[in-house]
Amino acid sequence: MRSVPMSREKFLPPSGLDADFWSLRFVEEVGESFCVRKNVPQPFTMATDRGVMATVYAGGGYGYAATADTSPRGVQAALERAAIWARATARYAITDSRTLPRPSPRGDYASPSIDAALPTRREWYELLERESLEAGLDPRIVDWEALVDVRQATHRLVTSEGGDVVQRFRFLYPSLGVTAHDGGITQRRSLNGDRGICQQGGLEILERFRFHGSGRRVAEEALELLAAPNCPSGRMDVLLAPDQMVLQIHESIGHPLELDRILGDERNFAGTSFVTPDMFGTYRYGSEHLNITFDPTRAEELASYAFDDDGTPAAKTWLIRDGILERPLGGAISQARAGLPGVANARADGWNRPPIDRMANLNLEPGEATFDELVAGVEHGVLLETNSSWSIDDSRNKFQFGCERGRVIEHGRLRHVVRNPNYRGVSAVFWRSLARVGNASTVQVLGTPFCGKGEPSQTIRVGHASPACVFTGVDVFGGED
Amino acid sequence: MSVEAYFEGLAGAVDRALAPGERHAISFSAEETDFVRMNRGKVRQPGHVAQRYAEIRLIHGSRHASHLLALTGDTNADASAASAAVAGLRDVLPQLADDPHLLLPDGVDSSSETRGDPLPAADAIVEQVLEAANGHDFVGLLATGPVFRGFANSEGQRNFHSIATFNLQWSLYHRADKAVKHSYSGLAWSAEALADRIARSVEDLALVSRPPRSLAPGKYRAYLAPAALQEIAELLAWGGFSARALETQQSALAKMRIGATLDPRVQICEDIAAGIAPAFQADGFARPANVPLVADGALVGALVSPRTAREFGLDANGANAAESPEAVAMSGGTLAMRDALAALGTGLAIGNLWYLNYSDRPACRMTGMTRFATFWVENGRVVAPVDVLRFDDTLYRLLGDNLEALTSERELALESSTYGSRKLESVLLPGALVSEMHFTL
Repeated sequence: MRSVPMSREKFLPPSGLDADFWSLRFVEEVGESFCVRKNVPQPFTMATDRGVMATVYAGGGYGYAATADTSPRGVQAALERAAIWARATARYAITDSRTLPRPSPRGDYASPSIDAALPTRREWYELLERESLEAGLDPRIVDWEALVDVRQATHRLVTSEGGDVVQRFRFLYPSLGVTAHDGGITQRRSLNGDRGICQQGGLEILERFRFHGSGRRVAEEALELLAAPNCPSGRMDVLLAPDQMVLQIHESIGHPLELDRILGDERNFAGTSFVTPDMFGTYRYGSEHLNITFDPTRAEELASYAFDDDGTPAAKTWLIRDGILERPLGGAISQARAGLPGVANARADGWNRPPIDRMANLNLEPGEATFDELVAGVEHGVLLETNSSWSIDDSRNKFQFGCERGRVIEHGRLRHVVRNPNYRGVSAVFWRSLARVGNASTVQVLGTPFCGKGEPSQTIRVGHASPACVFTGVDVFGGED
Repeated sequence: MSVEAYFEGLAGAVDRALAPGERHAISFSAEETDFVRMNRGKVRQPGHVAQRYAEIRLIHGSRHASHLLALTGDTNADASAASAAVAGLRDVLPQLADDPHLLLPDGVDSSSETRGDPLPAADAIVEQVLEAANGHDFVGLLATGPVFRGFANSEGQRNFHSIATFNLQWSLYHRADKAVKHSYSGLAWSAEALADRIARSVEDLALVSRPPRSLAPGKYRAYLAPAALQEIAELLAWGGFSARALETQQSALAKMRIGATLDPRVQICEDIAAGIAPAFQADGFARPANVPLVADGALVGALVSPRTAREFGLDANGANAAESPEAVAMSGGTLAMRDALAALGTGLAIGNLWYLNYSDRPACRMTGMTRFATFWVENGRVVAPVDVLRFDDTLYRLLGDNLEALTSERELALESSTYGSRKLESVLLPGALVSEMHFTL
């Protein structure tokens, strides 16, 4: 990480900078992507992104400037430009920046096994080719790919108050998907969704998700879906597998609890929230089985870190306890604006975007039931696996989600596979139908690198750990007849 | 130094870094953007972003690899970084296999285009905006400044596209989720045009402020304004017109290859000439001014990237790697927009849709929400704003059996999302009147 300056003296601000507070957030990220599609290695790509964002509070205003020029001259120019924006808009500022916290964090962070060796490029391609060859097992398999993205990032935050934080990350996203087609029917099956497997660490991630051998396994399930009947329609219980639970948590708990949405910042784009400030402390978000935590301490999870991008120390925090809403997902600035407690979740997706309130690791805490016990408790329902479609209103209430694969459950036993399963509901009441929560043996740690939000737009990494869960009385339906 | 001259210098440095037998191709993207985020008629986050990226591809025989590099803007430093990237890629190539799907331009087709007048300073625009919106709950984003795209290769081809645009997207809120959304974007800023548009927002806000009506799920007549149809077009852009997705049965329009059709009045094309996207793509292929996709309701074309052309034996037609349209245009019909509510009679006037996705992709069945200014209309007159509704319907019904009319006027909308960078995509769409739209929640 040669471009993140490690000498504080190199980027002290110019003596003429008249600011109440300044910070510099250096980000360098390097990545390599490997993909084999239909047994053909795809073009190798690598990326090196680096730059710095200067943030300045001056005259009651707030401004930022981002540049890839991390030389002392470039950094100073960015600070001056940020100060100009702060002063130019001070009289219009939504918050007097003189009232905002001025962080001085000190510390560091590193992903687990961050320096452990990874395969060579040739070895990555060989690994992916093996899975690709196994996946193309039948003429009805019309497209398939196996891929892995490797990302390494260094973030350094320096503040005028003496803050200095260095955080080093390594992310892996192994992914495998298969499309089968026959008789006018097309079905796609994947290994926990498109980049649903995304964690910090090294090769142990592939072992954790049985990536080796997944090509044949996923392809066989795609063929099975071709022959499966359409998902039945009606009101029934659903058993959501972790790779659907993560989407359910993300869309109908994570986004509505973002404090910047509640404050209205996102109303022109991502939307508002059905959650209002008066709900915290009393509102019943879900049944007594619902426990949601913001947990940046789970080492392998995608969005673990020690400090957020505003320098707030990160700690595990309950957002919903026994079904009662306790606090929002809001960083230090949003907390000051709203007068509410929050968490360390002010995050930016790179050096060229400002921090906003984001999910990080948002987890559903496990309960007591084994997977078999969850199934046994369902009289009439369907097991839903792997998200394939997601849609929700701008207040994060009326949702409709689709899955890759379903299995009918009758009288407490898993029956036949069904295709095109969908379900719909309303967040404000759906979580109150949470009837049973799987124990730790049913938990998977998944997430997405592609959570979109913000003006300007940002795509950020989010982790979700969840057990399998049963919901009662859900509106389920299939595809077009 | 101009950005074009800087890019020429960078390309020269990569030329000089080549060893015998090697070729290169560079795709360049840069911008100087002022972003100003606003909420409740105030400024939330103002800032400036300067960024330059070059994706340098090194090619030897049919082996190739690329490195996307953030650049500082300093000519010497970036030339050194680009040369180092070439050296790094040279070390990678022996580890790679030959690429059977590599397709490069077979000629040299250089171009240079500059569009857009100098824009007012962003802080001056913000002042105009907030004064015009005075007293209203205004929330939105201003993005303004120049955007650059370039291509260069070792055969001497040079393409450069420079355009200065502004894009102001805003909503005026009444309360909760009741709001109107408008935009003002283009190449030449006019304070009068801004004032007119915000005044129109204020007028619409009065309609949204009426007591809302909740409708039960069911089937309703509907008029989809161009901004609502834009959401459907953008969902279709997600692989719908991709030749690769069509060849592998993954396109939502795959049924149209075996006879499914839309209404014969539906004409859709990739109309680069009508948009702001460059006339070249990242691999250096020129883009035709117009690629027909749907004619008389039938699928007649697809977007073919160079790799797909090689893989399936097709002719490349300037598509990007994702084979997504960048300037999709749909022809207008005969219904005057001012007559749309009268033609609707009683039903839903939908200003915006939101968060579309497929509920059954092979059937092109999609779901999504109404958003912003959506009204219940009776006898051609707005009665009440409507609480958000979820629809779930197929394209073949919406723009097929149930299509009653398309408006004669079309609206051009510049892409407003700014993931990673400002986009140069656009859509040009009419409004659509449908006899029935299925709402489920």
